[in-house]
Amino acid sequence: MIAFDSREKKWIPYLLFLPPLIYLIGFVGYPLIKVLQITFTSVEGKFSLENFIILTRDSTFWKAFKNTLYFLIAIVPLQVILAFLLALFINSRFKGYMTVLYVISIPLALSDVSAALMSYNIFTSHGFLNKFLMKMGFIEYPIYFFGLGLSSRAFWVIVLTELWRATPLVFIILLASLQVISKDYFEAAEVFGFNGWQKFFHITLPLTMPSLQSALLIRTLFAFQIFGVVWLLSGRDIPILAGEVYYQQAELSNFRMAATYGFIIALISIIISWFYIILLRSKHLEV
Amino acid sequence: MIKKGIPLSLKIRPLITTIIIIIIVIWFITPLILITLSAFAAPKDYYQIDKVIPTHFTLNQFKSLFFGLQAWKAIVNSLKVAGLTMWLSFLIGLPAGYALSRYIFPGKNFLKLFILATRMFPLMVLAIPLLIIFMRIGVSDTVWGTSLAHTAMVLPMIILISSSIISSVSVEYEEAAMIFGLSRTQAFFRVTLPLALPGLAASAIFAFIISWNEVFVSTILTLTNRTLPAHILKTAMASPDYFKFTAGFIMALPAMIFIFFVRKHLVTMWGIALK
Repeated sequence: MIAFDSREKKWIPYLLFLPPLIYLIGFVGYPLIKVLQITFTSVEGKFSLENFIILTRDSTFWKAFKNTLYFLIAIVPLQVILAFLLALFINSRFKGYMTVLYVISIPLALSDVSAALMSYNIFTSHGFLNKFLMKMGFIEYPIYFFGLGLSSRAFWVIVLTELWRATPLVFIILLASLQVISKDYFEAAEVFGFNGWQKFFHITLPLTMPSLQSALLIRTLFAFQIFGVVWLLSGRDIPILAGEVYYQQAELSNFRMAATYGFIIALISIIISWFYIILLRSKHLEV
Repeated sequence: MIKKGIPLSLKIRPLITTIIIIIIVIWFITPLILITLSAFAAPKDYYQIDKVIPTHFTLNQFKSLFFGLQAWKAIVNSLKVAGLTMWLSFLIGLPAGYALSRYIFPGKNFLKLFILATRMFPLMVLAIPLLIIFMRIGVSDTVWGTSLAHTAMVLPMIILISSSIISSVSVEYEEAAMIFGLSRTQAFFRVTLPLALPGLAASAIFAFIISWNEVFVSTILTLTNRTLPAHILKTAMASPDYFKFTAGFIMALPAMIFIFFVRKHLVTMWGIALK
């Protein structure tokens, strides 16, 4: 690429970058400014913190915030651990591992909507689980997982669904990083007589640490966007932040409150990403 | 002492591996099989409480979904939106992906960072202002509006993925073509593009699936021209259960077919897209 760079004009890469740049400024940058503007404007059109005051006085907001956090705590750590175990297993390259890899990656292409419906298919009162348990004689009447007053049961069904649906996302990140670890390290360790555990703690774990961290943070970021599965399986019985954006806009047509909820999600995303960048930078300084 | 025969650990190992494989496959496949069964099961089997596995199958749910409940229109909308998103994101993103892969220029890292930064903001945040903007320019509640929003979501990934795919095609081929008198544009279209095509096709499918699956913005931005997931979200919970399963199956089907075709590129693509 150096050979012919000199006879070319310097502005070409910038020209190639111009369309996406304009697009992203128009469809991401400008809307973001718009969110700020809406959030900090009162009904009369003046600058105010009115929307935030309404938001923080609303008990639903705090419930939504809490539930989103609960989902995060229930899902993310377990998901990262499961995904890491899966990735280690697939990376051992047993016979036919490609087929298993394909099976694991199917949920990657599934939407949260179809994942929610699949899980509803299993857990509803006439679903496979209840029918199976009744047929086997373990229970006499179906166990209800969805409906009013059953949100703690629905919570765990949602956690299970998210584990099923999104563990492969974490798995893929971790597998990609495991695959690039050079075999030389393990051969060297072999020479020094390391056992399996020592290899894991002294080679695999340190070398995949950056990916583990990034997987953890990405999942945290996504956890604040959890919507489809929760909305379909529990509606507003379990309020969540993204669900409130939807509810305020689609059901109440209150675009101010919807934008304010959106702003909160954006704020949290920025904080998490900032944290992420700090972590990455400290990694660079160490090396 | 010298051990005779194969050590025990070597005998047990394949057995354990097989058991783990079986558990993994069952865990990931079961929901897919069950939704397929339910999608075709006759409603009377579903409501018969002692019948775990349905034995009567019908296409009635598909018929009523398609024609009675207007899912047909939603499917067509979804296909249009996903197709448009795919083309738009490629048209806009591929040149930048090429620039990222083949040029060294001041400000490259900044541009890369800018693209990554836009991904920090989920569509939930952008949905409301986008609706207001779209209403003003007159594309709200249209297929175009939804795919414009989806493109904003997919574009950064397409730039990064296509740049890595183009990088995997050796620059030397391109240089050789240029020595033989082709211009850089010609060299790209006649040498690099054909070589990068399988990977690029996979990432196009990736863009298609992401748009096909997206539910939040589609629901916010449209009232009558809903995509399939938006249509399901709005109507599914009010319809009988057996329709839900059929709808879930219809949503999952293209995704399952597509992922089969892109399986070779899975790790690379999602590895990049999720970074």
